[in-house]
Amino acid sequence: MDVQWSIIIDFIPQLLAGAQITLYITVLGLIGGIIVGTIAGLMRAYGGLFLNAIAFTYIEIIRGTPIIVQVMFIYFALPVLADLRIPGMTAAILAIVINAGAYIAEIVRGSVLSIGRGLSEAGLALGLPRWKVITHIVGPLAFRRLIPPLGNQCIVSLKDTSLFIVIGVGELTRTGQEIMAANFRAVEIWTAVAILYLIMTGTLSLILRMIEKRMRIL
Amino acid sequence: MSVVEFRNVSKHFGDLKVLDEVDLEIQRQEVVVLVGPSGSGKSTLLRCINGLEEITGGDLIVNGISVRGGHARLREIRQQAGMVFQQFNLFPQFTALENVAFGPRQVLGMSRAESNARAIELLEKVGLADKANNAPSALSGGQQQRVAIARALAIRPKVMLFDEPTSALDPELKQEVLNVMRQLAEEGMTMIVVTHEMSFARSVGTRLIFMEHGKIAVDGDPREVINSPPNDRMKDFLRHVQ
Repeated sequence: MDVQWSIIIDFIPQLLAGAQITLYITVLGLIGGIIVGTIAGLMRAYGGLFLNAIAFTYIEIIRGTPIIVQVMFIYFALPVLADLRIPGMTAAILAIVINAGAYIAEIVRGSVLSIGRGLSEAGLALGLPRWKVITHIVGPLAFRRLIPPLGNQCIVSLKDTSLFIVIGVGELTRTGQEIMAANFRAVEIWTAVAILYLIMTGTLSLILRMIEKRMRIL
Repeated sequence: MSVVEFRNVSKHFGDLKVLDEVDLEIQRQEVVVLVGPSGSGKSTLLRCINGLEEITGGDLIVNGISVRGGHARLREIRQQAGMVFQQFNLFPQFTALENVAFGPRQVLGMSRAESNARAIELLEKVGLADKANNAPSALSGGQQQRVAIARALAIRPKVMLFDEPTSALDPELKQEVLNVMRQLAEEGMTMIVVTHEMSFARSVGTRLIFMEHGKIAVDGDPREVINSPPNDRMKDFLRHVQ
């Protein structure tokens, strides 16, 4: 067996460029996902029959299909259906937004509903409007409970970007694949790729743990 | 003008009729003690007053405002009716002071300095000025309930609603809460109190209402109706709580 770890050094710039794209998709996708998820989650928790049904349908469709099918749909099927071409990068970010959004919606709903009804009633009884009860009382408390599961979802979404290899976006996994196809150094390259993922997810975990500590989760 | 007026009020939860065409007028400075077996509708009656439960029949007027007048009017009612809950329901992310200052700042639009001054004043009143910077979790149940009373008073209500304020407390902690309530009554606050504390009813209450099956079964002077209950159901009930 011929394993030469030193060859990794030559490919570090290329792999880092891939990792950068992975991070780019993840960060933009998660920002969008958190926005969509918060809205859909609040629709589930507080919405009337109609808003609830919309959010429920969205969540069930996304949770019920693989993310790889979702990105293929956005990239290959949507252009046929709607006659608009979506660049690979946009499709990748969009896929994370709608996918993470569905899971985050359930996280938001769960956290909001875990805050006892009595606290909302105490706020309402003071004469606060419903929206202030949500932004000043339930929201901040729910946010603290939301951090651990949200952290999970961030890590899952970061790793999910590796699936976008199927639409040719040059993220980390795709980059590794391309290098490997040229030099057949499977052990070295996939080890390097794995370590880069670990560094990224590890950093994410660390940041989340710091936030959790500062917020003294209730 | 009465502070609270029930006009033929009914409340249904689905098919279940919890309040059955209740008529009731409460005047200023009355201390009305609401008693009755569990499920008799006393908590529901109280919670209808500030719209935490929506009435399904009749009308309910609080300080001249109908609870059926929509969101904005309901908020006005809630600013005139302070509520104290069985489970205290203090905001756990705030200190005692912040809990009390929250209403004046967010509801009455007071400045931070003004609302904090008001909060300190009220914490002093309930004997907890030294705990102003404690989190609710660092207070005993009795202390938490006193902070909750201060919080309800902070928006200058015309009437105070107490929903079993001492039921979640150990016997030795009940008294400190009841003392604060007694003090409030002596200052002339209009109060409606759901409780099983018959000694409080007797010594502080000006009126006692016994509820049964969503109806007012007995309405009279506390000492009189406790000493000689006008019906067997109330006699039976008193035997169980005393």
